[in-house]
Amino acid sequence: MVDLKVKIHELELKNPVTTASGTYGYGEEYIDFMDVNRLAAIFVKGITLENREGNPYPRMAETASGMLNSVGLQNKGVDYFINTIYPRIRNFDTHIIPNVNGSTIEDYVTVSSKLNKVDGIRAIELNISCPNVKAGGMAFGINPRSATEATRAVRDVFKGTLIVKLSPNVTDIALMAKIVADAGADSVSLVNTFLGMAINAETRKPILGTITGGLSGPAIKPIALRMVWDVYRAVKIPVIGMGGIMNATDAIEFILAGSSAIQIGTANYIDPAVSIKILDGIEDYMVRHGVKSVTELIGAMKV
Amino acid sequence: MKRVEDFTVVDHKWLNYSSFIIELEAPGDLPDIQAGNFAEIGIANSPKVFLRRPFSIYDVNPAANSLSFFVKVVGEGTRLLGETRKGDNLSVIYPLGNSFSKPVSGRVLVVAGGSGIAPFILYGKELHKNGTDITFLFGARSADDIVLTDQFKTLGNVLTITEDGSLGEKGLVTRHSLFSNRKLSFDLIVTCGPEPMMKAVGKISLERDIPCEASLENTMACGFGACLCCIVPTIDGNKCVCTEGPVFNIKDLKW
Repeated sequence: MVDLKVKIHELELKNPVTTASGTYGYGEEYIDFMDVNRLAAIFVKGITLENREGNPYPRMAETASGMLNSVGLQNKGVDYFINTIYPRIRNFDTHIIPNVNGSTIEDYVTVSSKLNKVDGIRAIELNISCPNVKAGGMAFGINPRSATEATRAVRDVFKGTLIVKLSPNVTDIALMAKIVADAGADSVSLVNTFLGMAINAETRKPILGTITGGLSGPAIKPIALRMVWDVYRAVKIPVIGMGGIMNATDAIEFILAGSSAIQIGTANYIDPAVSIKILDGIEDYMVRHGVKSVTELIGAMKV
Repeated sequence: MKRVEDFTVVDHKWLNYSSFIIELEAPGDLPDIQAGNFAEIGIANSPKVFLRRPFSIYDVNPAANSLSFFVKVVGEGTRLLGETRKGDNLSVIYPLGNSFSKPVSGRVLVVAGGSGIAPFILYGKELHKNGTDITFLFGARSADDIVLTDQFKTLGNVLTITEDGSLGEKGLVTRHSLFSNRKLSFDLIVTCGPEPMMKAVGKISLERDIPCEASLENTMACGFGACLCCIVPTIDGNKCVCTEGPVFNIKDLKW
């Protein structure tokens, strides 16, 4: 029997496998395909203060070993989440972790303080890295001062585990991790998508309705892995790694680079049951390598 | 209930220079499948074809536990699917999406352009069983692009129109003489094909006060409502084509 339990600050996870915000809906979309209760946590679709219709179609472009998206945080607002969606999903035997977004610091604070009052919500992911909104989002996460302000302001109103999701669209992601850790983050998750674009040469038009979008999938994996390693060495708080994880080997690599837990994103689209296969694969790896606790693997790359 | 299963290619027939029918056998019994439903097929482990491809379910053979798909080669994914051979395995997520209304009587007009014929064999079979009168109107660029009419003829009246006049009438689908009939006596129009064609059909249906349903095709990453990429604007906000469609009443669309 191997021990898969990990801790993200005070949040106890039964294993390191979680699903990434925006790729896993609210978990309900996947119940036909897999037992969502086996996941340690579901980072649910990004939530804003008000209803958002998101960006115009087309919102997706397939690229080499990956995809660009420009969904733009389509969701029905925090009140709808709390009153209508959360009661439907709260009985899943997994942590439901809302992903909090805003156009202003006040938005982030209002959403977070509403979630702070919800029984059962033990952690939130502060998204200062969405590349697909005109106001806020990534703008907060690529500027040290606003990243500090947003983290501090939310820290003041949210008492549970505060995970800050970092943007890879910065020169020094380790510095950004240090900044948000100093501002009160209990954990950092990385990476969000890389800002990119795609053009149809025949029509000479952009493929995405918003011209630019966020790149995800195995195309970004080596860069994401390097960033996790950089951040792991720079901060003492636990790191949640993601970026193109397609299988258990990828997940192990992210753990060895310093991730206490991992998020599975784009891979869910290709195989909606992939997260369970990754969980089983991590367990197999541990048995094969005589690893008793998954915590022994965190940052355990041999250098 | 949606499933993800590994299917086996059991038949593969080219129909013309660019279209083929591929028949896939499920590993076990098939669930209930309705005309209009689609499937997401995982095609290749290739960097260029990273995501699955959505296809309407063309036909179902419950006795053989098989599904057929009508595929037109439009890009790398469909090209690779065209190269698969009997015995190959393909991962399929299905059945996805909603379905067309099925009147139990009356007259239904099916208007399809190009590969828009894909959902209508199954639909025709379901309506034919009900005894509903069906007229199929198929439009394409030229005679070479019109396929499978013999199959459709067993289910209803088939009319054709081509842009170059090489088969049936000459012109765009919506210029077919059928529509010049003052009394267009159909109880429902269903359509699938290029969006400008469906919009034109929708416009006719509104003018003639006939309910109309269109099966949309949008770029999607997942096919089951998680990615929110395939949205279409409706009178009730953005909706996912994959879960709330692909079939929409055209009155709900912001066309």
